[in-house]
Order: sequence, then C-alpha cells, then structure tokens
Amino acid sequence: MLLDFEKPIAELEAKLGDMTHLTSNSDPEVQAAVKALEKKILELKKETFANLTGWQRVQLSRHPDRPYTLDYIYEITTDFIEIHGDRNVGDDKAMVGGFGSIDGQTFMLIGHQKGRNTKQRQMRNFGMANPEGYRKALRLMKMAEKFNKPIVTFIDTPGAFPGLEAEERGQGEAIARNLKEMFMLKVPVICLIIGEGASGGALGIAIGDRVLMLENTWYSVISPESCSSILWRSWDYKEQAAEVLKLTAKDMLSNKLIDGIVKEPLGGAHVDVKWMANEVKKVILIKTSELLKLPTEQLIEQRIAKFTAMGVVKE
Amino acid sequence: MSWFKRSDKGILTPTESKREVPDGLWFKSPAGKIVHTRELKNNAYVVPDEDYHVRIGSEEYFEVLFDENKFTELDVNMESADPLKFKDTKPYPKRIKETQEKTDLKDAVRTAYGKMNGLDITIACMDFSFIGGSMGSVVGEKIARAMDYSIKHKIPFLMISRSGGARMMEAGLSLMQMAKTAAKIAQMDEAKVPYISLLTDPTTGGVTASYAMLGDFNIAEPKALIGFAGPRVIRETIGKDLPKGFQSAEFVLDHGFLDFIIDRRNLKSRLSTLLRMLRN
Repeated sequence: MLLDFEKPIAELEAKLGDMTHLTSNSDPEVQAAVKALEKKILELKKETFANLTGWQRVQLSRHPDRPYTLDYIYEITTDFIEIHGDRNVGDDKAMVGGFGSIDGQTFMLIGHQKGRNTKQRQMRNFGMANPEGYRKALRLMKMAEKFNKPIVTFIDTPGAFPGLEAEERGQGEAIARNLKEMFMLKVPVICLIIGEGASGGALGIAIGDRVLMLENTWYSVISPESCSSILWRSWDYKEQAAEVLKLTAKDMLSNKLIDGIVKEPLGGAHVDVKWMANEVKKVILIKTSELLKLPTEQLIEQRIAKFTAMGVVKE
Repeated sequence: MSWFKRSDKGILTPTESKREVPDGLWFKSPAGKIVHTRELKNNAYVVPDEDYHVRIGSEEYFEVLFDENKFTELDVNMESADPLKFKDTKPYPKRIKETQEKTDLKDAVRTAYGKMNGLDITIACMDFSFIGGSMGSVVGEKIARAMDYSIKHKIPFLMISRSGGARMMEAGLSLMQMAKTAAKIAQMDEAKVPYISLLTDPTTGGVTASYAMLGDFNIAEPKALIGFAGPRVIRETIGKDLPKGFQSAEFVLDHGFLDFIIDRRNLKSRLSTLLRMLRN
C-alpha cells in the first residue's frame, strides 16, 4: 500500500526501474544517471521521513504491513509459550501474552494484537480489547511477578472496545485496576508503543519503568478522528487534530510523557521487520539490565515518581 | 396513532436538563415539578417526591457534607497552563479564561478537608460546569495532592466524580493523570486510608477508567449515567439502540461494579456510619 506522501518517491522508483530494465548496464552514461537517480531517491526519502506531519505518522502507525505484537515476539524469542484466558469470562484475542525467551532470559511478553486480513482482523477485534483482555494481561503480569520475570508490553490499539458487553463486564474498572496494580509490580516493566496508542485502552498495559515509542507511532488521549468530530463537530479536521494533540514520539518525549524513542528503518517499521525486531530486542535487553540493578523498592518508587510528576499547572 | 411514537427520550440531553444548580428562586425539574430553591437546598438538592437528583457542583456538595459548611480548601489557586499551545475552534487559554469567568471556578475539581459528623475527611469534588468536568493536569494534580494530604494525616478520602472524561486540550498530559491518580490510590492502599468513590451523573471515559472505579467502596447516586464509552459511541459501534437503563447506576450495580446506590439525602449519615465502622 502506498501512502499519499510516498507517491513522489514511488514515481522516482518507477522511473529508476524503467531505466535499469531498459538499458544494459555497460553504458557509463546510463550508469551515472542511475546512480544520480538512486541518490536523489534516497535523499527524497530521508527528507520526507524526517519531516513527517503528525497525521502522516498516524498513517504509518496503521500501515497494513506494519509488524504487530506477535510478529515481534516470534522474531525476538527462541521459545514462546502463549498463555490464554482471564480465568473468568474467556480468552480475549485482541490481547495476547505468554512467556518468551530472549537471549536465554525469560520474559513475560504481553500486547494488543491486530489481524492481518479481514478474517483475522475480526478475530482480533481490530486490536480493541474487552475487559477480559485487560484482566488476562493483569493475570499474566502477576504471574510474572510470582516467578520474578521482567515484563514487556507491546501497545498497539485504536482503543479499548466500546461495546455493550464491554460495559456490562466493566471496561472502566478493568483498565483502572491495571493502572493501579501495575504501579506495584515488583519486577521491571518495559512498555513499547509499536503502533497506535489510543487513550485508556493503551494506558491499561502501559504503566512501566521505561515507556518507549517507536519512531512512527502515536500515543494520546484520543484518536485524531474522534478529536476532530468532538471539537470541530466534523470528521474533516483529523490532520489538524493530529497536530494539536502532539501525539508523535518526538512531542511525547519533549513533554516528558515517555522515556525514549526507538528508531525505525527508513520508510517505516514494515520496510525491514527483521531489522526493526532486532532494534526492539536490543532495547529490551539494555533497559532490562539497567532496571534489574535496582532494588525492588526503588524500582516501584521511581515508577510512581515518574508518573506523578507528569502534568503542567500554574499556581 | 401513538404506538409508533418514541415514548422514551433519546440519549441527547435537552439543554434545559443540562443546566446545573438553579440560580433563580424557582427550580423546574425535568418532570415539570416546580420547587422553591430554598426547599431544594434543604433537601440536599433532591426534588421532593420525585427523588430527582439535581446536578450540583462542589459548592453544594461541600455544603451538604461538611459540618456547618466549614472546610479548608487545598490548592485554591492552581489553574491550567497551556503546555501544548492547543487550539481547536478557539485557543485553550481563552476557553479556560471564559469558563473561569462564567463559572467562578478555577478548574473542574475542588479539594478540601474538614469534619463530617465530627469525623475527619478529605473530599475532592468535580464540577461538571467546567468544560464538562474534564480531567486535565489541574484535576489530576489537585486530586493527587489531596490524596497525599489524606495519606499524611491518615484521613479517609472521598472522591465525588462527575465528568465526561479526560480533557482533550491537554492530550497526552490528561491521559497521564489517569496514571498519576491510580498511583496515589495504590499508595493510599499501602497506607490503609479508606477511599470512597462516589459516582454521580454522568461519570464516563478516563475518569471511570481510573480513580472513579478504584474505590474501596464504589457508590453512586440513583440513575446516574456511569460508563467507560459514552452511549452515543457504543450505539454507533454496535449499530443498535441501547437497552433501557443501560449504563445507569442501577445497571452498573446489577453487574457488580458498585457497592451500593445512595440517595443524596442519606449520603452524609451513611458515609459517617461506614467510616465509623472502619475505625472501631
């Protein structure tokens, strides 16, 4: 799929394709032209992706080829045992988790899961978890605590599911409880926003010692579309809403609401999933080793201090 | 031919019932009953015979709950900054200033400590008239500090919520107030400070998904709308009309997320009894 801002790049690439296809590569003049065009493409790419608007990052975060939670888990673990169910209502397929082994160290890996095709998307409910998803996540986190394993969460959701049964089963309570309980977990918690970080549905598994956003993701209190519909009373202001919400990784970092940014390959995470997963693996291992050095009390204290310092007021 | 006429009101609230506390001499309830405001005040702002709970704010709740309306307010002068330079149809600071002038409030929550039937208590009460009772940095920070006060002095904490959720104009900062307040509640747990959360009409969104649902006791006023997603969003998602009474306090009680529903006229005495039981 081609995003609108990628079109000029794609046009040049098509031209390059024609050139290399039509000519023999012995002609030095053509070779020089090909080289020049390749350089031009790379420069244009670099420029385009360095200056993406908020809305363009939102588009990239939703790219249909973007790696999802299980893609990362399968890439970075040697063994993974998925664990199902909240021991209460059922198994929410929009939230996955289990023990995974990364470089010999066992982690509890939990995350929202989206589907790749229509059937999967339906099964995964578009990555929108129900209360039992949040309760499953909490059950897994408590288990990680019991066995003293660090926790990594992968955040990628357009929001907690706003359905009838979700309300009946206490969507608000489920998220609220996770927030409170995650503050007291005695093991390191690393949270990675890998795609969409929409509101309470994202925050419900995003209380951690290190909260990191991938370069082309967004994280905010509401999606740009909903923000546009509420504040402008029209769906047409999503680009503007994406700007004013300051939802990009860069903005979130400068407002001290996250701890860091993980670089993506040029063109976005989906361009080179293996490379991206390796970056994610590296950052998990580095952050975990930092956090494992802290005594438990200090870990919890710092986690609480970090979040309670968030916000700006005048007095 | 009335059988196809809509007998129930839709979920769009008519403007007149969105009105907060009456400022004139007479108050007309949604059912049409006319009550003298003094009578209303003496009845904890509940319309007699109808049991209709008028949407009141911090000023009235403090008056209903604190002995002789005596209390010490915390962080009186805290107000919103504009860290994101937010602008929708108007700039955020302008919206704040206009709302402050209109409501005579600094932001959407007031916090205070005092005595309730002789018992020490800290109360945080939201004001819906201030941008829909939305939670931004000020709301989160004031609640967090009031909780700190309760922890420090080992005083029970009462949270009165009435809010549409997080404040969009502070975006990510608003979202993190959910985390901040949840952290403080975890600390109140450790300190064994009783935390009562009273949910009033309406309590939705990020407020429901954080401090409002985290009470040792989650209680509500009769018929209050309580939910995570708003009814309009759910209706659009499922493409069907919602069942009658959906997301009412009674519905939420039935599904096991409230401890009890309390008539405002009995609120003070019931809370005092509860807190005494915890103490003795």
